[in-house]
Amino acid sequence: MPLLDVRDLSVVFQQGGKPFTAVDGVSFTVEPGQAVGLVGESGCGKSVTSLAIMGLLPRRGNKVTGEVLFDDTDLLRLRPQDLRDRRGRDIGMIFQDPLSSLNPVIPLGLQVAEVLERHQGKKRQEALREARKLLDAVGIPDPTRRLKEFPHQLSGGMRQRALIAIALACKPRLLIADEPTTALDVTIQAQILTLLKELVDESGTALIMITHDLGVVAGLCDTVNVLYAGKVVERAARHELFAAARHPYTHGLLQSVPRLDAGRGGRLHQIRGSVNDNIPWPDGCAFAPRCDRVIDACIGETVPLEPTFRGGALRCTNPVPQEVPA
Amino acid sequence: MTRPGGLSTLAEHKRRRIDELTARTAQAGGVSLIRDAGRRLLRNPTAIVGATIILLFLVIAIFAPLVAPHDPVQRFPELTQDLTVDHIPGPTAGHPLGSDPLGRDFASRMVYGARQTLFVGVLATMIGLLIGVLLGAIAGAVGGWVDVLIMRFTDVMLALPSLLLAITLVALARESTQWTVIMAVAIVNVPIFARLLRGSMLAQRESDHVLAARALGVKRRDVVTRHMLPNSLTAVIVQATLTFAVAILDAAALSFLGLGDPDINRAEWGLMLGVDGVRYFEVRPELAYFPALAIILVALGFTLLGESMREALDPKNRR
Amino acid sequence: MLRVVSRRLVQLAITLFALMTLVFFWLRSLPGGPVDALLGERATPQTRELLTKALGYDQPIWVQYGRFLKNVLTGNFGNSIRTGEPVIDVISRSFPATAELAIAAIILAVGLGVPLGYVAARHRGRVLDNATIIVTLIGISVPIFFLGYLLKGWLTQGVHLFPPSGRITTGLDNTEVTGFFVLDGLLTREFDASADALWHLVLPAVTLATIPLAIIIRITRASVLDVLDEDYIRTADAKGLRNPTVRRRHVLRNALLPVVTIIGLQTGALLAGAVLTEKVYNWGGLGTLITDSISGSRDYPVLQALILLAAVVFILVNLVVDLSYAVIDPRVRVR
Repeated sequence: MPLLDVRDLSVVFQQGGKPFTAVDGVSFTVEPGQAVGLVGESGCGKSVTSLAIMGLLPRRGNKVTGEVLFDDTDLLRLRPQDLRDRRGRDIGMIFQDPLSSLNPVIPLGLQVAEVLERHQGKKRQEALREARKLLDAVGIPDPTRRLKEFPHQLSGGMRQRALIAIALACKPRLLIADEPTTALDVTIQAQILTLLKELVDESGTALIMITHDLGVVAGLCDTVNVLYAGKVVERAARHELFAAARHPYTHGLLQSVPRLDAGRGGRLHQIRGSVNDNIPWPDGCAFAPRCDRVIDACIGETVPLEPTFRGGALRCTNPVPQEVPA
Repeated sequence: MTRPGGLSTLAEHKRRRIDELTARTAQAGGVSLIRDAGRRLLRNPTAIVGATIILLFLVIAIFAPLVAPHDPVQRFPELTQDLTVDHIPGPTAGHPLGSDPLGRDFASRMVYGARQTLFVGVLATMIGLLIGVLLGAIAGAVGGWVDVLIMRFTDVMLALPSLLLAITLVALARESTQWTVIMAVAIVNVPIFARLLRGSMLAQRESDHVLAARALGVKRRDVVTRHMLPNSLTAVIVQATLTFAVAILDAAALSFLGLGDPDINRAEWGLMLGVDGVRYFEVRPELAYFPALAIILVALGFTLLGESMREALDPKNRR
Repeated sequence: MLRVVSRRLVQLAITLFALMTLVFFWLRSLPGGPVDALLGERATPQTRELLTKALGYDQPIWVQYGRFLKNVLTGNFGNSIRTGEPVIDVISRSFPATAELAIAAIILAVGLGVPLGYVAARHRGRVLDNATIIVTLIGISVPIFFLGYLLKGWLTQGVHLFPPSGRITTGLDNTEVTGFFVLDGLLTREFDASADALWHLVLPAVTLATIPLAIIIRITRASVLDVLDEDYIRTADAKGLRNPTVRRRHVLRNALLPVVTIIGLQTGALLAGAVLTEKVYNWGGLGTLITDSISGSRDYPVLQALILLAAVVFILVNLVVDLSYAVIDPRVRVR
């Protein structure tokens, strides 16, 4: 039985003018201890998906439908206070910008300790001792001193480590990381990813890694879901995806990653246009206006997400042909 | 190897780059932001309500002789004959709001009051704005000890609550006329405008488009007049709209304290409320209600418009 | 921390010095000078000359200026022209009345303003929020002396809910200790006097509190809305913290930062509002003193001292604001 089973999740924003579908029938599963990637350009709905799972979308101005089964409990139908009991205890979350995600006027120690107080009923002193251990575990030097410090006194990498400590404080079974390295320097990015991998492997925590960076996915994830315009367009095991991406969008993404072995002068592949390009047809593939392999069938009818024989799934009428191994 | 005309091509290139940059910055920070803000303003009901109130009073002020039933300073025998300290005649035929304490037509005085009140408010705001903007621009553009001196000066003025400063200024002038009231209320707002403009110019001095213009060798005077001032002025206009409301409230308060215009013929709401309105409050409260209502409405109109302008110009609220 | 305080005190001294200098030279630049101001224009040349000599106005201006500075530094502001008493005595007699009124007003404004602004923000866009916005906008557009007369007319005339004017019922035998009548009653166990003084305090305090209250509500509302949009509130929610914890620990503390600044500014501005309020309710504090010193012939020595006092209060209040900022916001502490 999967730990998390997202079924037909949709999020429609309805503020002011016409409704906007940010997430459109997304389904995927996460097995215990598994690392799953949600990949796509900004605006593809990957962050909204994660916030919907956590129940963190603003209460007004949007409509969430579908099911989010965690341990067979539908999180979308839980009472708010019951959901609060699970957040931070069963599911932890890390955000993109560690500076703005930490409260500037509260000492770091309390920001870690308050999770323990809330979910494990620890008293302040005990929680702070535990917080010190957690900071130590995520590689923050001199944790005793850091407990009393404030976010602005820490470096970017330290802040993200602190956020990880907060998210993992109660040993949750699922960790959602929303672009955890985007706001960091490249050298720090690698450290944070290594740390995440170690912690996840060690504790058996399942991971949803949300990123636009295929490099991050390559190092961390077992399974990858590629999202485009609120829909899953391709799902595959990591090796499958990197070896033989079938969807033209995934293919394009892989081609646009700069490679050290590509040789000088070789041009990087570009995907035409942007994700904001309007789709002039109600059904049909959202990627069609930017696609090199577009055919009539892409525009006329709804393209379903169909299972592939390797256990993945694909939403495309004219996929990239599989290369025959040379 | 130097090509003939190399210099001129360079200059040409530079000028083209500058024009391009000006166009783009105007788009980024200036014109398009303002156009955007204007569009948002037109869709904002708060702004519409504010503007409508202001427009309504403006029309009344301009066409006062056509709107008012009578001359505002003429005393009417049919009103004066009933007039005592304990009795001021209410509405009668021909005098829809009755009499004022001197037997003049109260309705006509209310109508002409729009003229005088807007006059005092606009003038006080404009004078304060002009002096403040001038000081702020000098401080922001010149910098150095001039800046320090001007800012210290505004500090001193800001060390007193604004109404208290206005009271002091009128008191120091020894005798009050309409002009001392206008000048006192105007001077009170000078430090606000000066600091606003200077702050906005300093912020821009570090901004990308001004740095770029500098780097391209645009003359300092041109950077100030073409790039910095126009952007700062939007903030000033918003502040002026809000200041107007405060100006007429301050003028009314000065009248109440006996520091207002001593001319008994002047029909101005602040005077009407602050002098006769409160003096005869127990005899005929309408003498206070009507000018107070008018002042509240006008102040509200300008506050609504000013607040929605500020909101519309806030880049946080774009789109 | 100490550096901030000492820098602010130096700044206070400079500002006061500049203010005194401005007032001094302005008074002497008036047509006829201060003597005319004292005697009016119809005085005989003889009296004029006598007074000029007596006040030392026949000496060079810089000698006068030096003496003026020395007097101010030693707390000697001269005598009131109206009553002939030392200015210091006149002011210290009126001070407690205004302080009592101002403290009551600021307690009202902060005590009601912060919760109301917070509640409005939590109900963003709904009826309660919109009603709050409209009421506060009207609140800052009302001439407060008119509001004072309105409250007086409605609540003291027909229905006699509150006394119309004064600080305490005349004839009531109350002992003055601090000059704060409510406090005095408690100290001397004359509880009836205390209650009576409190009763007299209600309407003036409400009148004086109106504008700061409206402004504090608006700032609190805007500030809470800003904070609710912050990423760290999302983090707090992601931790599963209970709603009250999120509000108290994460929302309020951050939202109060801009509110503290406004409270400081409004406290300073209360003195101006007190001039109007005290006149309406015949309160007999510093505000009344200002009105009395400017009506008819002007009592410049008193006025001058009052201006300096207002500036001192305003700057000290802002110093307190800066210090409390350092307590709430750790980012300021480091700077």
